[in-house]
Amino acid sequence: MKGFLKKVDIFDKLKKSLSKTRTGITDRIEQLVSYYKNIDDDFFEELEEILITADVGVQTTLRLVEDIEQEVRAKKIGQSDLVKELLKGKMLDILRKGSDGSWQDKFPKVLLIVGVNGVGKTTTIGKLAKLYKDDGRKVLLAAADTFRAAAIEQLEVWGQRVGAEVIKQSKGSDPGAVVFDAVHASKSRKADVLICDTAGRLHNKKNLMEELKKINRIIDREWPEANKEVLLVLDATTGQNAISQAKTFKEAVDISGIILTKLDGTAKGGIVIGINSELNIPVRMVGTGEGVEDLQPFDAQNFVEALFS
Amino acid sequence: MAFEGLSEKLSRAFKRLTGKGKLSEKDVKDAMREVRMALLEADVNFLVVKDFIKKVSSRAVGQEIMESLTPGQQVIKVVNEELTQLMGGTLSKISFSPKLPTIIMMVGLQGSGKTTTAGKLGNYLKGQGKNPLLVGCDVYRPAAVEQLKQIGDKLSIAVYYEKDNKDVKSIADASIKYAVSHNHDVVIIDTAGRLHIDEVLMEELEETKRAVQPTEVLLVVDAMTGQDAVTVAQSFNDKLGIDGVVLTKLDGDTRGGAALSVKAVTGKPIKFVGVGEKLDDLEPFHPDRMASRILGMGDILSLIEKAQANIDEKKARELEKKIRSQQFTFEDFLDQLQQLKNMGSLSHILDMLPGIGGKKLKGIQLDDKQLLRVEAIINSMTIEERQNPNLLNSSRKKRIAAGSGTSIQQVNRLIKQFQDTKRMMKQFGSMDMKGKKGKIKFPF
Ligand SMILES: Nc1nc2c(ncn2[C@@H]2O[C@H](COP(=O)(O)OP(=O)(O)O)[C@@H](O)[C@H]2O)c(=O)[nH]1
Ligand SMILES: [Mg+2]
Repeated sequence: MKGFLKKVDIFDKLKKSLSKTRTGITDRIEQLVSYYKNIDDDFFEELEEILITADVGVQTTLRLVEDIEQEVRAKKIGQSDLVKELLKGKMLDILRKGSDGSWQDKFPKVLLIVGVNGVGKTTTIGKLAKLYKDDGRKVLLAAADTFRAAAIEQLEVWGQRVGAEVIKQSKGSDPGAVVFDAVHASKSRKADVLICDTAGRLHNKKNLMEELKKINRIIDREWPEANKEVLLVLDATTGQNAISQAKTFKEAVDISGIILTKLDGTAKGGIVIGINSELNIPVRMVGTGEGVEDLQPFDAQNFVEALFS
Repeated sequence: MAFEGLSEKLSRAFKRLTGKGKLSEKDVKDAMREVRMALLEADVNFLVVKDFIKKVSSRAVGQEIMESLTPGQQVIKVVNEELTQLMGGTLSKISFSPKLPTIIMMVGLQGSGKTTTAGKLGNYLKGQGKNPLLVGCDVYRPAAVEQLKQIGDKLSIAVYYEKDNKDVKSIADASIKYAVSHNHDVVIIDTAGRLHIDEVLMEELEETKRAVQPTEVLLVVDAMTGQDAVTVAQSFNDKLGIDGVVLTKLDGDTRGGAALSVKAVTGKPIKFVGVGEKLDDLEPFHPDRMASRILGMGDILSLIEKAQANIDEKKARELEKKIRSQQFTFEDFLDQLQQLKNMGSLSHILDMLPGIGGKKLKGIQLDDKQLLRVEAIINSMTIEERQNPNLLNSSRKKRIAAGSGTSIQQVNRLIKQFQDTKRMMKQFGSMDMKGKKGKIKFPF
């Protein structure tokens, strides 16, 4: 990875923000390890519960635990603490499968930011813009959430904060038209990065998903040579519905990556593992607060290390 | 499969119980393993699930099986009853203060939907003849106050805010005085989203609460919340003391297990649910509906009730009304098809409806391609046409066929299917509700 990604101390920040998760899972696994002298059915059941509590999801949990159970039996592992290493490895495998690390430093770049309501799209755009600005890039923002009250104003505040121009029309106007304008403005002003905000939409609303497809098509049509990323913003507090979100958004606009927000809370963020295991969409960044600096690149190795260290 | 619905799971679990006379410990244990997994899949917190399973199991084991029910139905009856009870039993409302104004404080995590809900609640109370005042106390998120102002404008509800003041307590304080002098009988205070572990911001809420002594502190919770819902709800309740919960974004496809978690750990009632982005998309909470949503069995549960020896007439009439009151338009039709598709096993469900075998609806058996075509056709209709199918003369049909890339025959077929369905809905609504017991075939 190049560019701005080098500038943040990924490991430290991520570790800090994950400390609660880490303490949670690790403590409970330690407890388990010391409690269970022998590996029996109860042990695996408890292991299941630990993962489920971390929002890893029933299906993924079952698969993980079954895999481990088999391996334990096959390799005749008698110590429960080795199981921890096994589990770590399995989670890492799943996350690695998804995150191929191909977030490319190719410009010009268009980022289309999508997701359900309130997950942190607009805030994340502010943070992303800051990262690119700090990297010396010319950044434009498209205010294509024309639906929610004061969404345009919110993006404008972020634009002022980080020094990025906002392309907008009035509230209620066609978001496709805003993106169209923004693409042409980006071309004529030779912007390096265009980041498009969109209205939050529940993935089961057909019409709104159609609208999103249209926006996506406009970018492809108007600026085919740009390097496009469609990023789904997921709230770490979300439970199993996040899988349904990822699935449906992927079907509609071919998500190229996930940004996982609100990892500064007590939610465990285990859903990422479920999503990677089922859908193979890499997690690109994680949000760890409301400040402009609170965005870090996601790294599978560090993520799992931070969970278990 | 990851997205297998609870109803299939339960059916599968209970199938194994069929034919036995009495619920043995093993029967119940087997079934409960599936119920446990299904509840977890619905995001109910695992501790809550554990507790629940224990309770239901002990109630179910050894139970006399009612004459008209199979053992499986007997178990689901117990599961549903316990779930409904846990959800809060009866419907509760906003309490009004005898001393004006009534003060409602909205609190919750970032992005849970407080501002929109504040507006919706204002609108709801205005509809009840109140004169609400909205107060913008989210001084942190960019344009949050602006958002509340725009919502207030749209609803013609007054909004109190102080442009350059960041002291939330003083804004809240001043808003109450403003309300009193301007004859507002309800004050709804919107606050900034915050993490339950953010001590500084939690302290700010406590201070504000002490200052204005709200009648109701409402915790706004996103229905899609996962296992962490218990931690959040418990923290807010411990630190601040909440009086009720508003569950938002229920118009999504989440099963909403968080509702159960929150209720279980706080004991506080869920008072309202948000069901859409429009400002009138706020509904009172119905514990029984939420229970069946989490269970994923909808009105089928009502049918079980109906199948019991002592049929509860009132409930049956309610069900009838529910079905009859559906002003059935093409939009509803599309909606229903989509919902059915999401449920996964259409024929399964249809089999359960009295008098409507899966066969009868063969015309609208769903595969994805068909659904897409149906969608395309309906999307090509004007809004008037969707609401009033009688408008569809041949030139309109021609236009619709062209617009949707289908043929006139396909459009005609859809119209016929729509009308058949409509007739059947009516038939279903009127049949069998007047005391006569229908033959109901259950899959488990
Ligand atoms: N604690 C925390 N809050 C966040 C994070 N990202 C966004 N938020 C907050 O979540 C709320 C919703 O964010 P917003 O960007 O408006 O969401 P949008 O509706 O998806 O555009 C705001 O209050 C943000 O400040 C995060 O990583 N951590
Ligand atoms: Mg936004």
